[in-house]
Amino acid sequence: MKEYQTISEISGPLVFAEVDEPIGYDEIVEIETPEGETLRGQVLESTDGVVAIQVFEGTTGIDKNASVRFLGETMKMPVTEDLLGRVLDGSGQPIDGGPEIVPDERHDIVGAAINPYSREYPEEFIQTGVSAVDGMNTLVRGQKLPIFSGSGLPHNDLALQIARQATVPEEATDEGEDGSEFAVIFGAMGITAEEANEFMDDFERTGALERSVVFMNLADDPAVERTVTPRMALTTAEYLAFEKGYHVLVILTDMTNYCEALREIGAAREEVPGRRGYPGYMYTDLAQLYERAGRIKGREGSVTQIPILTMPGDDDTHPIPDLTGYITEGQIMMDRDLNSQGVQPPVNVLPSLSRLMDDGIGEGLTRADHADISDQMYAAYAEGEDLRDLVNIVGREALSERDNKYLDFADRFEAEFVDQGYDTDRSIDETVEIGWDLLSEFPKEELNRIDEELIEEHYREETEEEVTAD
Amino acid sequence: MSQTQQTVREDGIIASVSGPVVSARDLDARMNDVVYVGDEGLMGEVIEIEGDITTIQVYEETSGVAPGEPVENTGDPLTVDLGPGLLDTIYDGVQRPLDVLEDKMGSPYLDRGVDAPGIELDEKWEFVPEVVEGDAVEPGDVLGVVEETVTIDHKVMVPPDVEGGEITEIKSGSYTVTEPIATLDNGEEITMRQEWPVREARPSETKMTPRTPLVSGQRILDGLFPIAKGGTAAIPGPFGSGKTVTQHSLAKFADADIIIYVGCGERGNEMTEVIDDFPELEDPSTGNPLMARTSLIANTSNMPVAARESCVYTGITIAEFYRDMGYDVALMADSTSRWAEAMREISSRLEEMPGEEGYPAYLSARLSEFYERAGAFENINGTEGTISAIGAVSPPGGDFSEPVTQNTLRIVKTFWALDADLAERRHFPAINWNESYSLYKEQLDPWFQENVDPEWPDERQWAVDVLDEEGELQEIVQLVGKDALPEDQQLTLEVASYLKEAYLQQNAFNPNDMYCSPEKTFTMLTTIHHFNDEAFQALEAGVPVEEIIDIDAAPRLNRMAVQDDWKEYMADLRDDIQAQMRELY
Ligand SMILES: Nc1ncnc2c1ncn2[C@@H]1O[C@H](COP(=O)(O)OP(=O)(O)O)[C@@H](O)[C@H]1O
Ligand SMILES: [Mg+2]
Repeated sequence: MKEYQTISEISGPLVFAEVDEPIGYDEIVEIETPEGETLRGQVLESTDGVVAIQVFEGTTGIDKNASVRFLGETMKMPVTEDLLGRVLDGSGQPIDGGPEIVPDERHDIVGAAINPYSREYPEEFIQTGVSAVDGMNTLVRGQKLPIFSGSGLPHNDLALQIARQATVPEEATDEGEDGSEFAVIFGAMGITAEEANEFMDDFERTGALERSVVFMNLADDPAVERTVTPRMALTTAEYLAFEKGYHVLVILTDMTNYCEALREIGAAREEVPGRRGYPGYMYTDLAQLYERAGRIKGREGSVTQIPILTMPGDDDTHPIPDLTGYITEGQIMMDRDLNSQGVQPPVNVLPSLSRLMDDGIGEGLTRADHADISDQMYAAYAEGEDLRDLVNIVGREALSERDNKYLDFADRFEAEFVDQGYDTDRSIDETVEIGWDLLSEFPKEELNRIDEELIEEHYREETEEEVTAD
Repeated sequence: MSQTQQTVREDGIIASVSGPVVSARDLDARMNDVVYVGDEGLMGEVIEIEGDITTIQVYEETSGVAPGEPVENTGDPLTVDLGPGLLDTIYDGVQRPLDVLEDKMGSPYLDRGVDAPGIELDEKWEFVPEVVEGDAVEPGDVLGVVEETVTIDHKVMVPPDVEGGEITEIKSGSYTVTEPIATLDNGEEITMRQEWPVREARPSETKMTPRTPLVSGQRILDGLFPIAKGGTAAIPGPFGSGKTVTQHSLAKFADADIIIYVGCGERGNEMTEVIDDFPELEDPSTGNPLMARTSLIANTSNMPVAARESCVYTGITIAEFYRDMGYDVALMADSTSRWAEAMREISSRLEEMPGEEGYPAYLSARLSEFYERAGAFENINGTEGTISAIGAVSPPGGDFSEPVTQNTLRIVKTFWALDADLAERRHFPAINWNESYSLYKEQLDPWFQENVDPEWPDERQWAVDVLDEEGELQEIVQLVGKDALPEDQQLTLEVASYLKEAYLQQNAFNPNDMYCSPEKTFTMLTTIHHFNDEAFQALEAGVPVEEIIDIDAAPRLNRMAVQDDWKEYMADLRDDIQAQMRELY
């Protein structure tokens, strides 16, 4: 392996070096500073004569005398089942003082695209125990369902609750208690040490760490490293899922920090920026992460992704949530107003969506009345929300009895259905039954999205008599 | 992708690699030639030539590719293979069959450097000639047919770039697509396989004014904003508003002969869903599996970006081939924005001068070239065929003022505007009835009048008027509440709410509702109209509005769509509405 002392330019996270042999695009590079520190990087552009290198740890300490070594291969993640229970840094080095990792295989971290023909359509219901998710935005195995949040909102509590409670109900009974537990891959990008501790404490407290692999890139770790952390995490997830048969839940947080790192690299390369300064290829880049969720025909396991992102300025049209929403299979939207009202979790179901819900619920999967109940609650809550604006102007008395029912519904929906706290684990039956409790406040004719037979079967008659008595 | 290798031109050497863009030195190439890049032979296309540097967009991942590796020129532009075997197949953006790739790669992941012909070269097809020796044939003329699928008879045609002449030999029986089935007096041998460069429109005689609707089975589309066979439409909307579900519904239920579905830069699972569903679902017009009339092209968001740029061309070229046979083809592209973004990404790597929002200045030209390839055509063989093109648009932040939406709207004649607010309240399809339009409405009216009901245009106008009035009234309601309105306006709001709940909404997942025939669409509308007329009559007779809207039969309007026997249900409902209203006075 040849060593060069030919650095010609250093700019932000980038180093340019002259070479006299062909260097492959994306190849891994080691740079040794005069102080003897070894930094790692990756070839971003390769021309005969000059290569541009992106340095993961940042370029601090590098000068023109630093020596550059090209490793002749693209970035790899050493994978093995023994990774379970381990804590690694953002580029895959153990930081838990545990034994050295003896890899089973080394996988390229830029995963090749799954052939759409080889995918299996995800449709196994995951019970998270959270009504706003299970009832209204159902998660299924192999889905990518992000949490769209804002700074200071309790997205971590929700993510942890899901990681703790997620089961596939059918299998829990079939395979004994642990049969359907998920292996959790946690990829942290630029989060604070405090947040990291929150996760680690919870993992340790619940014993989840044993079946987890943690990748930690903290706020004071190099920003450029954030571009490899999720790829390391997902490569591990794919290995465990599709070669070792695990059902893997991947939590990536915070995707906003990841995108900032992309923007930083783009700016250093003097690329033509896209919307709000983010690179034009950010959609493709994000897709190459998110599309690594899924199921594959003939393989046991699955990769389910819950990426978390904080929307700058709570704006869901900002490029980060916008591009994410265009790729993921829905989104769970956290709401600042609900949070200040003390609703836990503060999920606003209206802008939330699970695109894989339709095929994952219903008779034999969850319940026959699940889809209709969910539909009706959406419509009723949306109407109640509209009326809240009006009520501020004209007052409750000016509204009809019917309108008042919708207002009451919206209030009860938030208080009884959504607000359940982070320690309550509701079965899907409980969730749907609460739906019936709330909807039975309406006269039957109002429930036009629910099948008539289901109304006959589940409608709470007593409630109706009370109401129609006046 | 086509396999022929003509005279191989001078090879070159890679000078630099940056993502999907590679430049080569000393390559003897023309614009748009297909080249094989590097030691692994990755497929690419020449997109710029400057001095002795040739720039190539590569259709596969370029990790590890290094300067100094060879570049080999095929000397051919990017072409597709055309012939029997296109249907019931799923391709990537450069027409490599994805099932064949899975097989060849032995992995569920897309590997590099593997090529495969677009149509199976060894498969035998039963060719039935329709001409005899001595017949004179011209380009485009049909020589015979093979049964490509249970639904589609594939017309074997003289390729448009062959001169024609007198037939000296015509075969009959079982042949592969590479074996000659006819010989002409000039010695030309004709096979069932044609190749065509994707960026070039196949020739046609003339374009005609489309006068037949592409019946979609979607109430709001057929009823209010119809598209013609040979028409163009755009469906813009933010994420989650229903672009893909609408495109899927069209692919399932539109009364076209052939469906070309292009998944361009979108989700892998959405293509899997189509692959799973279509073989099981019935084509409403023939009862055969839907796949038998369908060809899928999938370049998902994580697949190489350059092939995203080419996939719409691959799709439209296949569409033209079936149009030439005289078929009505419908092409869905989900999403054209991803195609435009791929153009932008490549253009920025070429350091071209960016136009609006970084898109290249030729964005608008490319979009119109694409939609121009749709239309109702008289073909060169005298038959008539149509291509309807329906493009989803994914505007950043849901803002329709962005360049792709705006440039598309200047070209297409049907606009189905999706609305985040409707989607949030689960009003689906979330097509905004105030913003959407169809410029085909009037020219399609005669068809609906003749084939459904003479009152079709008048009933539609009635619905539009009620919805318009409702829009205005809602503004007042927002200020003072509903009860402050005069009784007749309250009644209008009630009628409008039935239009919105019962007529405009359509559940794509309900087996009775996912497809709605024009007859059913019309009957549902007139049933609501009937309620309206009876209600206003009662109001005039002095019945208070609360009593009118409270009749038992009224909520049954909301269940018209999902009935097994909708005819009987609606006939009974009308009678009951009438009886119950008239009892009030
Ligand atoms: N016609 C419809 N009937 C029922 N649900 C629909 C309909 N259209 C859209 N949806 C719902 O909206 C979700 C998002 O639709 P989709 O077409 O994927 O949006 P887009 O492609 O615009 O992002 C779907 O997963 C489905 O739940
Ligand atoms: Mg879509």
